[in-house]
Formats: sequence, structure tokens, C-alpha cells
Amino acid sequence: MLVLSDLAKTYPNGYAAIRGVDLTIEDGELLVLVGPSGCGKSTLLRLIAGLETPSAGRIEIGGTDVTAAPPQTRDLAMVFQSYALYPHMTVRENLAYGLTVRRTARHTVAARVAAVAEALDLQSLLDRRPAQLSGGQRQRVALGRAMVRDPKAFLLDEPLSNLDPALRAQARAELVRLHRALHATIVYVTHDQEEAMTLGARVAVMRDGTVEQVAPPLELYARPSNTFVARFIGSPAMNFLTAPVPGVDAPAGTLVGIRPHDVTIDPTGSLRATVDLVEPRGHDTVISLRHETTAGPVTVTAVTGESPLPVGSEVRLNLRHDRVHLFDARTGARID
Amino acid sequence: MRWPHVRTWTPRPAWAGTPLIAALLFPLYWMLVSSVTAESQIFESPSLVPLGPSLDHYRALFDERNFLVPIRNSLIVAGLTTMVTIPVAALCAYALARLPMRGKSALLALVLAISMFPQISIVPPLYLILRELRLLNTYPGLVLPYLTFSAPLAIWLLTAFFRQLPRDLEDAAMLDGASRLRVLRDVVAPLAAPGLASTAILTFLYCWNEFLFALSFTLGPDRYTVPVAIALFRGRYQVPWGEVLAGAVVATIPVALLVFVFQRRIVAGLTAGSMKG
Amino acid sequence: MTGPTSPLERAEARLALILVAPALGVILLVALVPVAATLWEALHRHDLRLPWLGRPFIGVGNFAEALGDPRFRVAILHTVGFASVSVPLELALGLALALTMHSAVRLRTIVRVAALLPWAIPTVVAALVWRFMFDAQAGVLNASLRGAGLLGPTFDWFVDPLAAWVPIIAADVWKTTPFVAVLLLAGLQTIDHALYEAAGVDGASSTRQFLTITLPLLRPALIVAGAFRALDALRLFDLAYVVTGGGPGTATEPLSLFAFTALLQRLRFGYGSALSVTVFLLTFAFALVCVRMLGRSLTEERS
Repeated sequence: MLVLSDLAKTYPNGYAAIRGVDLTIEDGELLVLVGPSGCGKSTLLRLIAGLETPSAGRIEIGGTDVTAAPPQTRDLAMVFQSYALYPHMTVRENLAYGLTVRRTARHTVAARVAAVAEALDLQSLLDRRPAQLSGGQRQRVALGRAMVRDPKAFLLDEPLSNLDPALRAQARAELVRLHRALHATIVYVTHDQEEAMTLGARVAVMRDGTVEQVAPPLELYARPSNTFVARFIGSPAMNFLTAPVPGVDAPAGTLVGIRPHDVTIDPTGSLRATVDLVEPRGHDTVISLRHETTAGPVTVTAVTGESPLPVGSEVRLNLRHDRVHLFDARTGARID
Repeated sequence: MRWPHVRTWTPRPAWAGTPLIAALLFPLYWMLVSSVTAESQIFESPSLVPLGPSLDHYRALFDERNFLVPIRNSLIVAGLTTMVTIPVAALCAYALARLPMRGKSALLALVLAISMFPQISIVPPLYLILRELRLLNTYPGLVLPYLTFSAPLAIWLLTAFFRQLPRDLEDAAMLDGASRLRVLRDVVAPLAAPGLASTAILTFLYCWNEFLFALSFTLGPDRYTVPVAIALFRGRYQVPWGEVLAGAVVATIPVALLVFVFQRRIVAGLTAGSMKG
Repeated sequence: MTGPTSPLERAEARLALILVAPALGVILLVALVPVAATLWEALHRHDLRLPWLGRPFIGVGNFAEALGDPRFRVAILHTVGFASVSVPLELALGLALALTMHSAVRLRTIVRVAALLPWAIPTVVAALVWRFMFDAQAGVLNASLRGAGLLGPTFDWFVDPLAAWVPIIAADVWKTTPFVAVLLLAGLQTIDHALYEAAGVDGASSTRQFLTITLPLLRPALIVAGAFRALDALRLFDLAYVVTGGGPGTATEPLSLFAFTALLQRLRFGYGSALSVTVFLLTFAFALVCVRMLGRSLTEERS
């Protein structure tokens, strides 16, 4: 069990990368840290690993306070975005390094390396050097190096972002399968919200050094705790309109959020809009519409499975009542 | 790719630089030619192609002037200095490149300032110190002063090299359980091998070429290094150019070999040092 | 990275000190102590030929004497003059050489070796070779000029106070142009070729591209190369000693050689040390100017 209490990190130049993070990660859980670049997710990972020291707060692993412990002793394994494979060592030596450093018996090392190589289909590559491997192969070696050590937890820093999209989906499925097989505790960092949604048991959305909300993906989607999470999760992003909105029962001045998938084009709808831009995506179509309000025109995005409409046509929109979110206009917090 | 109809500036074609290359190589060629020309011919009619070439000067060099002695001295001094400098500088450079330390920039500034100090000015006190330690005219007596410029140079170059290495690898090794020193040995040193080699070569070259300290701290021909030996050749009536030039050629051969074999490393070393990373 | 804060960082800082200690120890022993000793000597009267005078403290007496000594003033003139002539030459020729090295793909090895050899050989060797080539009787230069009828039979470069500088400058330029070229080459190789293509599409001629793209982007490399060379030029010793010995008389005597003579020939340790300190101050002042210029050029580029 990994517990972060009130963790903070400010750099000497004054930049506060992490401000007050509280997070508990259960054994065997796959927690995803997601957020825009600069939100601090990688810094948080490095703090957990011990590669950076926090300015305040505590880190506990399995009940032990490791805040002052060096990375060598924390028994964590990390997979870097660049994979960080030792270029002058063979794949076999790369896999074995964590064990040889700890003076593990040679036959144990050999057995473990063989087991991991088989699990990840690396047997034929054991005597090659990283430079001779493809991107996907390198990624597996990086993963294997972490697995060999049987650590208390795995820290994965955007491990899939250097792969092409086709390979990425495949690798993602592999990871999920491995997670289930190993019952491993995993902290996974990504900037891709779609990846976060498909991978994690729980997802922590970060912004500017704090965790905005941590919850299972569906809850983040259905009940975002503020406008930032609402906008970050889900693609295309959620629409925001300021009440009063025709057809919506909301106090004046509140922010009404509605996802594009919940906006339908309906001649009986309550909202008037003009079609601005039509983007057919094959399986569906994204339509940008212009809706006139007293404060000026507002863009509303809708996703529909029907055939595209001509640009400039006037339509009426219906907003699904049960899918409307209300937020405080000033704080952005959710109103229930 | 260049579109053929668009004129883009490219550096002048190679053949345009030929006069420059020729000018650079000519003095060396001339040195070689004159060293195999008989003494009388040197004075009478210098010519591009050696007339009646002979190895007399080389014979005189090794027989009468015992030129093997300065060669041996130079090899030992340059070799010893390099062997001492590289490990010491590497440890220091790693600390400067990767570890937290107060006064790091002050130390680097100090290193730079030392290398700027005119050699001439530390000769007298060094002379007195060496005399006290009875190290004048000995090998250690030259290696120690040589460290004055070899250590700062090596530290400067190696710090730049270490900084360029990707941090991720060291982070990964630390998470794998390796202590800082272990990381240095297992991960950094192998990767920095090219940088270490470049630095070693440059250090060796500087020591081989050094003149002032060798001139000041050696007292007799048995410990002269090659530059000093050649500079102090004395002839009975005039400068024995033939032998001087033969000595110059011999002094150049190891350098030429090093340059030929390690040219890429040398360039890498020079450019790393110039980038104040 | 500034000072350490947590126990982890403190442990690493301790390790850092251990790793730095040997190098620091060496530098202290072999560099700082002698440097301090020189500064100390510079403030005292210390003439090994007049030991009965002792070593009294005379403050800036040596420096005052230097300022009043015409030989000192001339030596400074020589040093600065030499730097002002050789450095621009080296930069220009170094640029030409760098351009050649940049484009020579097939002959790369020969070009690189040819470029590095002059830089790599001992300064003494370079000095001797150029001394030889300029020699009045044996020198190839005089022989060729005489053959072409441009020179009288008795012209001796080393006898004329101004002409004696030519072999020194030639040797220095020959020896260090490759070093400059290597520094500039690195800069050349970082210029994105797409810039030239864009300019070409815009209609700029080759010359114009060189002037408006290459030169400005090379400015930092030129400044760095120029700074390094100038710092070395101000400390000129080896070449002057071997090529002309400072002569005729003291016509080609730079400041370092003057200090050397005072120290090891006239055995005036106090005065000689003060002269050495002056060389250092000169180089240091120049280095400060360079750092400021470099800093300014870097911030200019950012805006």
C-alpha cells in the first residue's frame, strides 16, 4: 500500500511543482495519474521513486515511512518514457542488472530472467543490444527489467507514448493482462485521457501540482467534480453554457455542462443553433454549431450518428435532461 | 533535398579550400624534406624535392645526441600525467555534473581561472617547492606541475561529457539498487568511454607538447623532454638545422599517429570543451 | 542545483565532497599555493643576486616600477598588438577552413588530419619549422623571393624589429587556425539546412544567404573561438622564445617573455612576479569583457 500525505515539492527557483497531494494506492491497484503537461504527474512519480526529495509531506510504502529513504532501498521499479535500457549491456544483462546489483544467487537470476523472457516473448532477443531492437521490443525489455525484480510497486512513466498508435493499443492490452496476472500495484502516468480511461481502476486527474479528483473512470465521466475535470475527460470536450439555458432547469448564472454525445439534433429541441463545421469521423460525425445568447455567440459541439448536415443550416438542439451537469460559475465546483 | 532550380548557399566546394589545406600541410612537408637533405644542400639551394636524400641527420640524432632519451622521458611524463589525471578528474567531474554540492559554480570558476593563469608566473614558487622536495630533474617533478593544467582541462572536458549523458540511465540504475559509485562504474563510465578517451588523448598531447615547465624543471639532458631537447640543440658554428628538423620530425610522429587514429575523438573533445554546458 | 536540503541530498553532498577532494587537493597544492606565492612575491623586493637586501615588503613598489619601465610598456604594446593582428586572421582563416571541412565529404579524413596536425604538434616544433623557413640563408621563403627577384640578397627577417614579428604571427596563425576551425565547424553543423532552402525560395542569392544566415548564426561560435584565442594570444611565450628569442633586442618581446627574463635571467623574483601578475590581470580583464559580450549576445538571441 502506497500512501502519500500532504506531499509538496518546490524547486529552489520558487517553482511549486507539487502542492499538497494526498493519495492512497491500494495493493494490486492500477492507478493512473493523468493531466496536461506541466501538471506535475511525472514529478509525483519521481517523488514516489525517490529520485526527487519532497519539500514537505510523507511517503509510506507498506506501512514504512520512506520519505528520507534513497531510491535504492525503496524496492520500486520504474519504466521510463525513454525506456532507459543500458545500451552497453545485452538484453539478458539488462534484465538481470537489478538482481546482480543486489548479489542475488546466479541460478536465481537465471531462472527469473528466463521466466520474464518467456512471459514477454523476449527469448530470442536475450543476446542482443538495445540498439538492435525495435521500439516495441525495447518497451517490453523495459517492462521485463521491472518485472524481474518483483518490486513492491511498478511506476510507469508514459511507457506507451513512444510507440505507434497501432502498437500502442496492443501494448495497452498486454499491460492490463499482465496487471491481472501479477496482481501488481501500478502507478501509471499518461497525458492521454483516453488511455487513462481504458486502463485504470482509478484515475487521478492532476492540474498545477494538485489532484483535482481521483475516482474510477466512469465516475469521472459521469460526475466530474469541477469544470477542469469535466473538460479534460471525454472527447470531444464538454460544452459549457451559462444559465439561463432554454429547456434546462438551472439557477441563473450557473454553468451548465453537457457532453457532445448528449446533445441531439431534434426539431422539437429547445435550443436554436446554426451549423458551423461538420467533421465526419466515419462511425459518427462531430458538428460544431453556433448558438446565440444574450452574451454573444457560443460554440456547441454535438456528436451524432446521422448523416452530416449542410453548413449554415438552422437546427434545433435537445439536451438530455439526465445528463446535464451544473457547476458554480465562480469556483468551477460541481453543484449537486 | 535541394530543388535544382532553387539556389541555396552551400559551403564552397572542397576544391576551393585546397590552397588552404596545402598551406597547412606545406611546412610539415618542408620539414620532412629538409630533414633528409644534406646539411650543405639545405643552405645552398632549397628545393621542393629532396636532392640526394639521406638519413644522416637521423643517424646523428640517435647516435650522437641520444635522442631516445628525451623520447623516453616525454613518453613517461605524458603517460604518467594522463594516468593520474583521468581518474582523479573523472571522479571530480561526475560529482560536479550530477551531485548536489554547495559552491559548485565557484569550483568550476576556480578551475577555469587556474587554466587561465600564465604558466610563467608559477614557475618560481614551483621551482622552490620542487627543490625542497628534491624533485627537480625527476619524473614526479614534472608530473606534479603538469597536473596544474591537465587537471583543470580534464575536469572541464569530463564535466561537459558527463552532463550530456542521459540522466534516465543513472536513475534506472539507482532504482535497480546501485549506489552512486556503482552507477558510475557500471553505467556512466562505459558510456563515457569515448569522452574519457578524448580527454586522455588531449591530455597526453598537451603534456607531450609542453615546453616551459620542462625547460624550467629539468636540469640536464638525461631528463629533457623532446621539446626541450630540440630547442636546445647546439651546433659548433651554427644551428644544426638538419638534426633539429630530424628531431622535429621524430617529435611529430607520435602526434601524427594519434591524430590520424583518433581524429574523431579529438574533434569531439575540443567541441565538448567549447560548449559551456 | 544549489545547496542540499534533505538527508538524502546531504548524503549525496558528502559523497560529492569525497569525489572532488583529490582533484581539489592537487589543484590546491600545485596551482593555488604557487599562485598565492607569486602574488606574495610580487609585493616584496626579492633579488636573488642581492641577497643582503633581504625580502622587504614593498607593497605596490614593483608594480610602480613596472609602470615606469619603458620596456614593460613596450611589452604590453607587443602583446596586445600581436593579439589584435593574429586573432582576426585566425578567425577569418579558421572560418574558411571550417567551411572547407564542412563540405568536404569524400576527402573528409585528409582534410581533418591536415587541419589537426598543425594544432597538435609541439609549439616548439612549429616555432622551429617557421624559424627555419624564414631563415635568411637556409629559409625557403627568402630563397623563393630572391629567385623571383623581389628581395635583396641580404634581407634578414630577424634583424628588422617589425619584420621579426612576421614569422611569429605566421607560426601562431598556422598553428591555431585548425583549433578555430574545429570550434566553428561545430557551429556550422548545427545550422538547419531548411533555413537556406527557405531563403533560396525567397530569392536570396548564395552570397546573401551566407551573409544573412550563416554569419549571424555563427556569431556565438565566433565569439567563443575569438575569446579562447585572444586569451591564449595574450599569454604568448613559447613562440616568441623559440622563433626570435624576443629579438632583435627586445623588439618582439611579449609580456610573458619579459617576465621570464626578469625571473630566470635577471633573477629579480619580486619584480618578475609582479610582471606575471600583470599578465594575469590583463587576461582576466579581457575574460570578463568576453563573458559580458557572450552573455549579451546570448540574451539578444533569446529576444
